[in-house]
Amino acid sequence: MGTGAGSIVEFDNVGLRYGTDREVLSDVSFTLYPGSFYFLTGASGAGKTSMLKLLYCAQRPSRGVVRMFGNDMITLPRQRLPEVRRRIGVVFQDFRLVPHLNAFDNIALPLRIAGMSEREIAKPVADMLEWVGLDQRADAHPATLSGGEQQRVAIARAVIARPEMLVADEPTGNVDPEMAVKLLRLFEALNRLGTTVVVATHDVHLLRKVPDSLIMRLDKGRLSDPTGALRYPPRREGMPR
Amino acid sequence: MLGRLFESAGRLMPGEAARLLPQARIGGPMPWVIAIMVALTVIAAAAALALDNVAENARSEIAGGITVQVVEGAPAERARQTQAALAFLETDPRVTEVHQVPQEELSQLLEPWLGAGAVDDDAMATPSLIDAQLDGEVSAQMLSSLRAEMAKVAPAAQIDAQANWLGPVFDALRSLKLLALGLVALLALTAAAAVWLAARTALGSNRDTIEVIHHLGGTDGQIAAIFQRSVGIDAVIGGVAGLLLGLAAVMVLGAQFAALGSGLVAGGGLSLGDWGLLLAVPVIALVLAMITARATVLTALRRKL
Ligand SMILES: Nc1ncnc2c1ncn2[C@@H]1O[C@H](COP(=O)(O)OP(=O)(O)OP(=O)(O)O)[C@@H](O)[C@H]1O
Ligand SMILES: [Mg+2]
Repeated sequence: MGTGAGSIVEFDNVGLRYGTDREVLSDVSFTLYPGSFYFLTGASGAGKTSMLKLLYCAQRPSRGVVRMFGNDMITLPRQRLPEVRRRIGVVFQDFRLVPHLNAFDNIALPLRIAGMSEREIAKPVADMLEWVGLDQRADAHPATLSGGEQQRVAIARAVIARPEMLVADEPTGNVDPEMAVKLLRLFEALNRLGTTVVVATHDVHLLRKVPDSLIMRLDKGRLSDPTGALRYPPRREGMPR
Repeated sequence: MLGRLFESAGRLMPGEAARLLPQARIGGPMPWVIAIMVALTVIAAAAALALDNVAENARSEIAGGITVQVVEGAPAERARQTQAALAFLETDPRVTEVHQVPQEELSQLLEPWLGAGAVDDDAMATPSLIDAQLDGEVSAQMLSSLRAEMAKVAPAAQIDAQANWLGPVFDALRSLKLLALGLVALLALTAAAAVWLAARTALGSNRDTIEVIHHLGGTDGQIAAIFQRSVGIDAVIGGVAGLLLGLAAVMVLGAQFAALGSGLVAGGGLSLGDWGLLLAVPVIALVLAMITARATVLTALRRKL
């Protein structure tokens, strides 16, 4: 894998097991480059969510080396995790909206955590609500939102702080095809501004919607890369700038 | 349009987000618990301070005091030795003040026990009493030298330091004061335990939210601040209520003791500084509650990734 100059994520021979079970990820090695758009595909249970958990620092690997933004994630002290996590936006497969906060406050959460004032927060959150088509539902609590609406709040929350890397787990699983394309355009727009995007999905139609994307395939916890993206630096020509 | 959106959202300001989770409250009976603790602490602390004042007052009043009793059956001899003792004390350089307790005062003191007129009865051999004040405290050495010299002029005279008589009273006062201070310490411990328990419960019921805040880059300090703020609000509400309750009880008790009019108890009034200390009780409770909440949350979070 080399040192991956200019890379933001490097996995080298990573293994992950929960407790004492068998490994759900084995010998996973790849490098992610800034400004690229990756799809992570694989059958249900192949280990997509598990790999994303490593990417958004919800798990430490059982073995191997994980480097993110130049930090060794195995030895990084836990009080330094927040600074790494603030550079990453996450769309959880199960949304994880805060139940007692309305849509507006859920989307504003990353900005508040980053210490922005209420005055600075109001406008971007309102704009984001409008973009995901929920400006009429700003005061609604998650329990009163449909699955697709919750998913859009989750996406808005993941991108609002303009992270350096966006990690999305089945982000279009609960919306109609039209909305799915619209959300994908949001990810692309973010990608054009320099954000590295990683989207886990088993919807193969989605892959074709982003022509310059790179595809990682997980099969029973092992990685194969049909586009060859992972062995070499990705093609830069045709990369959206 | 999107570009501008991300542009403005991208600027991150330093500092803590106070409004991270506006609705997160620990809630429950916390304000009541703190109110009761503060009220009891105010009462116990007032008792400790009052007992201290009683002891201090009495001590300074009798510090250099001695009492001379002339115990002699024959009235004439008693009068003679009393005069001799008075003369000796008045000339002694160590004595600053001499005062014979008048016979009427003595009769009044003894009347409830012996009946009216009993003291004037020659058949009742009541001793005569002299109060004297020495400059400085009465040491055992000084007492024995006074006794030796007194024996030469008035063999029937017995000298006692007033502090010696009241020794057991002082011991009792000190025990009561330690008891009150022990109560204050126990109350503080119980209040801290209540906050600890409430914070643990709140941590458990907000586990998912805390995990999300962690994943969004929230620090342990930010999460602790949410709980601290919640406990702080409860402590302010409970502290004010408890202070009012406690002060009311102290004032009622104080008025009742003052009405007794007894010399010893009258010395137990609270000074301005004492009242200031009582006012500090809810402030100390607030600080204690917030420190406990913070420590509890930080300790629990350290076990998470
Ligand atoms: N917390 C956990 N404890 C134990 N085993 C787990 C845990 N999470 C996932 N697994 C197991 O790890 C394997 C991979 O799960 P993972 O959720 O990563 O799959 P996935 O590719 O995301 O599947 P899907 O497409 O259904 O979301 C599965 O066999 C699953 O049972
Ligand atoms: Mg999954």
